[in-house]
Amino acid sequence: MGGALQGPPMKLAATAEKSAALHIRQAVRADVPALIALDEEVTGLAKPKYWEEIFDRYGAPRRQPLFFLVAEQGGRIEGFIVGEVRAWEFGSPPCGWIFAIQVRPTTRLAGVATQLYNALCDAFRRTGVKKVRTMMARNNQLILSFFRSQGMMAGPFIELETTLE
Amino acid sequence: MMKLQKATSFALFAVLDLAAQPERPQSVIEIAERYGISAHHLAKVLRDLGRAGIVNSARGVGGGYRLVANPKRLTLLDIIQIFEPPGREPAGGNDPELATDAGRALRLVLDEIDEHVLATFRSITVSTMLKLMVRRPWSASLERSAPKAATGR
Repeated sequence: MGGALQGPPMKLAATAEKSAALHIRQAVRADVPALIALDEEVTGLAKPKYWEEIFDRYGAPRRQPLFFLVAEQGGRIEGFIVGEVRAWEFGSPPCGWIFAIQVRPTTRLAGVATQLYNALCDAFRRTGVKKVRTMMARNNQLILSFFRSQGMMAGPFIELETTLE
Repeated sequence: MMKLQKATSFALFAVLDLAAQPERPQSVIEIAERYGISAHHLAKVLRDLGRAGIVNSARGVGGGYRLVANPKRLTLLDIIQIFEPPGREPAGGNDPELATDAGRALRLVLDEIDEHVLATFRSITVSTMLKLMVRRPWSASLERSAPKAATGR
């Protein structure tokens, strides 16, 4: 799912609309086509099956602490964020994980991602967790800078990988 | 532990100071005194920052240096690379031992560290640094390690 944290085009559009009228809410099934289109606009790849599965896992109402939030403005989805609380992976106590965040390129620099991030952090706080984590490609400067600007710093884990031969 | 050259540190201090008070031009002396650093050295650093289009200066009453770059876009790496250009020969340069398997393995590890360092500097903007300075996440650990005031016992 880390793939959803892809770097959008580096060209940033000027602020198009004010974030005041923005509404952050839980995603619903009817949002999925718009989410697929937004993801395609940002990444250049259409992944309808992937987003259907993500919605089934994170968007449908359930008791587990999974969150799929969208930012809606004037009836249009301008961005979304996906996260969940996970416990005891890698020996870590329960913490919030952010898996995906995207904002429409023409709506950037208007605070949409910050509002989505804050809303997800509030949701995490309500579950009682004290930490929020995410992971992304280290050359993804735009998203990395965004999370840094929210106060995130390197955590206690190091990601390692190898090529299977 | 990684260490920045003096000129790089001075540049970062100066840029952060100017970004913290964007409406007020500041003199070399003022900034140098705040950090207890050489005004002569800082003046040279500020000239380099000026040539890079990061600051500008005005003479006369009310003059001084101002930040002209966008602090939300200006990264630590942008500043560091002015004084410590990338692509320098690694320690040891072209020493023959680096052409051995051990040398290449060591180079691979050092490159991994470099990539993390670059990604970190590239992702932190001047604005983010200002937020960090306001938040002071180090203050909690400083308070924990500070000796307790005498209680009379």
